[in-house]
Amino acid sequence: MREIVVISGKGGTGKTTVCAALAALASREGRNPVLCDLDVDVPDLHIIFDPHVQQEHPFVSGNTAVINENVCTQCGRCLELCQFGAVGQNGNGQFIIDALDCEGCGVCHKLCPTGAIEFPQRHCGTWYLSQTRFGSFVHAQLDPGQENSGRLVSLLKQQARQLAPTAEDSLILCDGSPGIGCPVISSLSGATLAVAVVEPTPSGRHDFERVADLCRHFRIPVSVIINKADLNNDEARAIEEYAVRQGYTLAGCLPFSPLVTEAMIRGEALTERDSPLASELEKIWGRICAAADKPARRANINSL
Amino acid sequence: MRIAFASGKGGAGKTTVAASLAAIWPHPCLIVDADVEAPNLHLFLHPHLEAAQSVYLTVPELDSEKCTACGDCAAMCSYKAIAKLGAGLIVFADMCHGCGGCFEVCQANALKKGKRELGSLQWGSWSLKMGADQNSDQNLNQALGQTSSQTSGKNSGKTLLMGKSRVGEAMSPPLLRAIDGALAAISVGDAASVPDILIDSPPGVSCPAMTTARMADALVLVAESTPFGTYDFKLAHAAFKKLNMPLAVVMNRAGMPGNESGDAALEKYCAAEGLPLLARLPFDLQAAEAYARGYLPLLEQSANALIWQRRFGLLYDAVQRWAGGKIGQIAEPCSAVNICASGTTGAGHA
Amino acid sequence: MKIAVSSEGPGLESQVDPRFGRAAGFVIVDMESMNTEYVDNGASQVMAQGAGIETAERLSALGVGAVLSGYVGPKAFTALQAAGMQIYQDLDGRSVGDAVRCYAGGTLNPATASNK
Repeated sequence: MREIVVISGKGGTGKTTVCAALAALASREGRNPVLCDLDVDVPDLHIIFDPHVQQEHPFVSGNTAVINENVCTQCGRCLELCQFGAVGQNGNGQFIIDALDCEGCGVCHKLCPTGAIEFPQRHCGTWYLSQTRFGSFVHAQLDPGQENSGRLVSLLKQQARQLAPTAEDSLILCDGSPGIGCPVISSLSGATLAVAVVEPTPSGRHDFERVADLCRHFRIPVSVIINKADLNNDEARAIEEYAVRQGYTLAGCLPFSPLVTEAMIRGEALTERDSPLASELEKIWGRICAAADKPARRANINSL
Repeated sequence: MRIAFASGKGGAGKTTVAASLAAIWPHPCLIVDADVEAPNLHLFLHPHLEAAQSVYLTVPELDSEKCTACGDCAAMCSYKAIAKLGAGLIVFADMCHGCGGCFEVCQANALKKGKRELGSLQWGSWSLKMGADQNSDQNLNQALGQTSSQTSGKNSGKTLLMGKSRVGEAMSPPLLRAIDGALAAISVGDAASVPDILIDSPPGVSCPAMTTARMADALVLVAESTPFGTYDFKLAHAAFKKLNMPLAVVMNRAGMPGNESGDAALEKYCAAEGLPLLARLPFDLQAAEAYARGYLPLLEQSANALIWQRRFGLLYDAVQRWAGGKIGQIAEPCSAVNICASGTTGAGHA
Repeated sequence: MKIAVSSEGPGLESQVDPRFGRAAGFVIVDMESMNTEYVDNGASQVMAQGAGIETAERLSALGVGAVLSGYVGPKAFTALQAAGMQIYQDLDGRSVGDAVRCYAGGTLNPATASNK
């Protein structure tokens, strides 16, 4: 099983656009990829994939404290205990808990002298199993304002691995989470290859170096795509040299192109119709497949 | 006045918008980089940074001499930061969220208050830097119709506060709360001496972005009108409108070739939702190239910079009208009518 | 002594689960009597954080002396060591029974560090 995760560090570098283009190529080659959107905070891949949802499941994680005002004696112990500033008083002087601030630690719930604080589970989002024209698709949507969850990412990957055939050349292609925090660590866990989409800008490079360090830490090989390379050729070359120095493969460079937005508006992957960009992406895909041509050392989802 | 800049989609341009506004802000201002996992503002503003101050979380430290291994602390901990294994207890300080529950329940006084580094806060002062162009301060001042003492040199009163998480630290909200604490400390005294605060938020719509928005009096959402950008913007709007704070929108990269329908759809959404559209900043390849070289478009060494200075000047005017201009006076957003600083012409639209 | 093998299913024919903290369950084998029992680990599988630590606690409470698994993360490793258990890693890709036979045959070396 090959598991390829597209990452970027910084947002907006074209990670999702590249992922959709690669998915279309893998599908055209008859590789029947299992596709997975791990950017659960603001997922976008479904805009291109137009999924037909077959299963829908709630995602529940953690708990939120809620004061039962019928039992509460207004002693104020919860206010004293809460380290997160989640306990306040309403106009009538009654204690209330702000669900947005509540960290779900349960201290007030466990130590309330009258047992007036309930601790229900928190509905954090929804995850889906779908079919698309490119293959099966595992995706999710966190409820707005919920904590970005490495666990939801792990859950999606687990589902994708169950869907993928056990054959050695079976393929899982994931749109990874942005950033370098917990969700991206979960995205990368157990991956065969990380494909980093980098913009030749100071912040793009800065964030790429941070996320590449993370890959190194997990011993995941990195393949680099420099997107919008012509915006700053010097910086693009510097990233290229950096990548080679670090032992990453260079999958290729893509120019800035209005074709990207145009394809997005049509709801198409860039490789669904012929263009210079599409041919370049085919070459890139070939190099990525070569770089990923080693089975995963192990497919684990470690605890974070 | 504190204004946060957020966006659902990463790369929508919130850092560029916040930094550019700060650059032309005619009053003393503090710009805050709250994107603690990937702070980038300093790469564009080149501040003179002071020494970093580490920020810590209070975590338990076990005194095994005193510990009776009763396990009450382990039972209290929701994060598995304390585990009962074999005959004793073991503390995993990395896992601790700082809820303090273990200290409350330990009868044997066996837990001491230790600390874990979350990251750092770094203050800096900055002034406008425009590469090799010596006249750029002057150009900018001319563009803004201001005297040089208002915006140039070290007297411009521009400061930066950067939060930066320790690599490997999974939690950013406690570091954001430390930023909030630092802002509270400077927001005392008479209003004239308190700088305006512009906050560059973390991307996305999850916990860190929400925590950051709540530090501010008002929130500006920077939106790109592509299909991805519009979808992410609507998610962001759904999340942030729960905060009941004034919200406004800056459309970025408007007029991308072939995306006329996207611009119109975003405008229609803003009008329907009563969201003031403060500016429609046009897509400009030259600006993207400037950004790629590490320059804010309005600080570039070209005539194009003057156009961008004008655009951000108009955006500043729109923000002032929207926010009422004074601390504490931001109660409700203004209507969308007549407050738009549009891209190239400056003509209003609503 | 009892040993615990991370397992995708309840019996000796099940595959070793490569995960430790988020393993589906554990086959517990009493090496004297060779009796086996299965412990479900679903509660830890769904934890937001600390799955490895909780799993270590669970096995410690059962009096397990050695753990056979695929991949043990650093925190779980520390927890298992603190509980005085021996840890054998990289045993995924075979059945639980095979893993137990290897252990009984004395051909395995206990790990001295997490394999991250």
